[in-house]
Amino acid sequence: MTALSLLRLIPEPGKITNGKILFGDRDVVHMSDDEIREFRGSDVAMIFQDPMTSLNPVLRVGFQIEEAMAAHRRFTRKQAHDRVVPMMQRVRIPAAAQRVRDYPHQFSGGMRQRVMIAMGLSNEPSLLIADEPTTALDVTVQASIIELLRDLNREMGAAVILITHNLAVVASLCQRVIVMYAGRVVEEGPTRSIFKNPQHPYTWSLLRSIPRADERQHEKLLSISGLPPDLSNPPPGCKFHPRCRFRIDKCLTQEPNLDDVGAGQSARCWVLMKNVPAGDMGAQ
Amino acid sequence: MHATPGGAISSPLLRVENVVKHFAVGAGIFGHATVHAVDGVDLAINTGETLGLVGESGCGKSTLGRVIVQLQPATSGHVFFEDVDLTKVRGEKLRRVRQRMQMIFQDPYASLNPRMVVGDIIAEPLRNFGIAKGRAAEKRVQEVMRVCGLNPNFINRYPHEFSGGQRQRIGIARALVLNPNFIVADEPVSALDVSIQAQIVNLMEDLQDRFHLTYLFIAHDLSVVNHMSDRIAVMYLGKIVEVGTTAEVRDKPLHPYTKVLQSSVPIPDPDLEVSRRPILLKGEIPSPVNPPSACRFHTRCPIAQPICSEVEPPLEMKEGGHLAACHFAGKL
Repeated sequence: MTALSLLRLIPEPGKITNGKILFGDRDVVHMSDDEIREFRGSDVAMIFQDPMTSLNPVLRVGFQIEEAMAAHRRFTRKQAHDRVVPMMQRVRIPAAAQRVRDYPHQFSGGMRQRVMIAMGLSNEPSLLIADEPTTALDVTVQASIIELLRDLNREMGAAVILITHNLAVVASLCQRVIVMYAGRVVEEGPTRSIFKNPQHPYTWSLLRSIPRADERQHEKLLSISGLPPDLSNPPPGCKFHPRCRFRIDKCLTQEPNLDDVGAGQSARCWVLMKNVPAGDMGAQ
Repeated sequence: MHATPGGAISSPLLRVENVVKHFAVGAGIFGHATVHAVDGVDLAINTGETLGLVGESGCGKSTLGRVIVQLQPATSGHVFFEDVDLTKVRGEKLRRVRQRMQMIFQDPYASLNPRMVVGDIIAEPLRNFGIAKGRAAEKRVQEVMRVCGLNPNFINRYPHEFSGGQRQRIGIARALVLNPNFIVADEPVSALDVSIQAQIVNLMEDLQDRFHLTYLFIAHDLSVVNHMSDRIAVMYLGKIVEVGTTAEVRDKPLHPYTKVLQSSVPIPDPDLEVSRRPILLKGEIPSPVNPPSACRFHTRCPIAQPICSEVEPPLEMKEGGHLAACHFAGKL
């Protein structure tokens, strides 16, 4: 939802009720329809989880990439046409010159995701929002898409917002992390600090609840009790308190602010993990 | 966790011998095509262990699971459960064996009948097998619900009133109600929120200890498979390419495909991720309608030689109990 808000793509009846979204020094919330249209796809591009349903099945792949460029008039039709094959090569689609005339069903899931990335990058946006770009893909394909995003991030210098539930992918690809829970940022900071030194109990618990492929000794996973909250009726105080094993009385009634906890890291918590004695961490 | 010393040798609970499952598709004027979903699989599962079955989509792992519990008949081959050949028995005899082997499905939304209350869903196997009804069935259902972490007072609620994690607990309760000793779990956590997956993984481990269950744990996620399994079997395009203890498969993979899979899985540790580089495969997974000759991985294998497209490597013992089907095992 946060990413959709950035592009003002919130479905009705939802709307942005407050706040600003600054892109450079322009406020996205107050852009006119023409401005927002130009902003989307041209300054910012978004790729989605499901490359199967995001492409039009009756149009050739090359045409759809060309259309993305033509729609924003940054390039002439001729230029756009000439850029299609190089864009496909850029996202490492083999035999791009032949495959440009294929239909989406002739592409595998990983190749379709590459087409989506090519469309997203075709207008040279300065920001790419990737919403669970590898979730629907097999591990070996996921690996190649992660490598591609890493390379493109370097080659094209576009900023990438990666939205994912997969912490391992974050560790692999991101320099900074924002952890969200129930519509709020609960922790943010440099990737290394977040993984080595999480301060919010939600981040801390999540990191201990996932199995690791390199796990040598069998250790029981930490299970986070309860369920994510119902957002139409969120709990009072800290939104995580019903599931938090470190809560104190204050957490039940007052919501903490996102405060600086040092080393460029901030967390929204009254307790903070650095104040929890090591002996209490294992306690259920 | 529960591997007996010596791994595969001690009394298997279940033995799969040369199982083949083909599906006919697209009957038309040119005849029909055949999907080689499972193409000659041998596998043994020991009493009390968890055997992880891992592979990518379309490799046939779910089909193999379904053939093992006889939800689908094998095209050829044998499945022995405690020395009874399930492909030979029918009727009452098959039903009796079936009580002892159950299945947990991936999608806790699609695998529960939305028009039945939870009590009836869990009690259905008891009624089908004529084991208990009425008060006795209700008592057993409430007991199983408690064991699976469900509130037994919710016996009259419908599946839609439960969250995904709780629905998966209902699916597990239904599998457990007949007191089986073997459970096939087909991607039991992959449809769940990350914060819920650990609950189900831990529940399955507790149940295994408590009721001495044997699991076939099918998943595409190597991290979960490594965590859950005593031994791991790796499948590619209808064939088992490697079987070994979890430590062997994790630390010393012999088949190039296993090595590629292991290298592809990111680890939630930024320091390790700096140096991990996946081995990227060329090309795409071939169609199971027309699988490559000999070794099926040869079209994408980084170390393939001419022999790999000519002679099919058998799944054979390489060292200890570690099996691999590769002419150049351990060379990548």
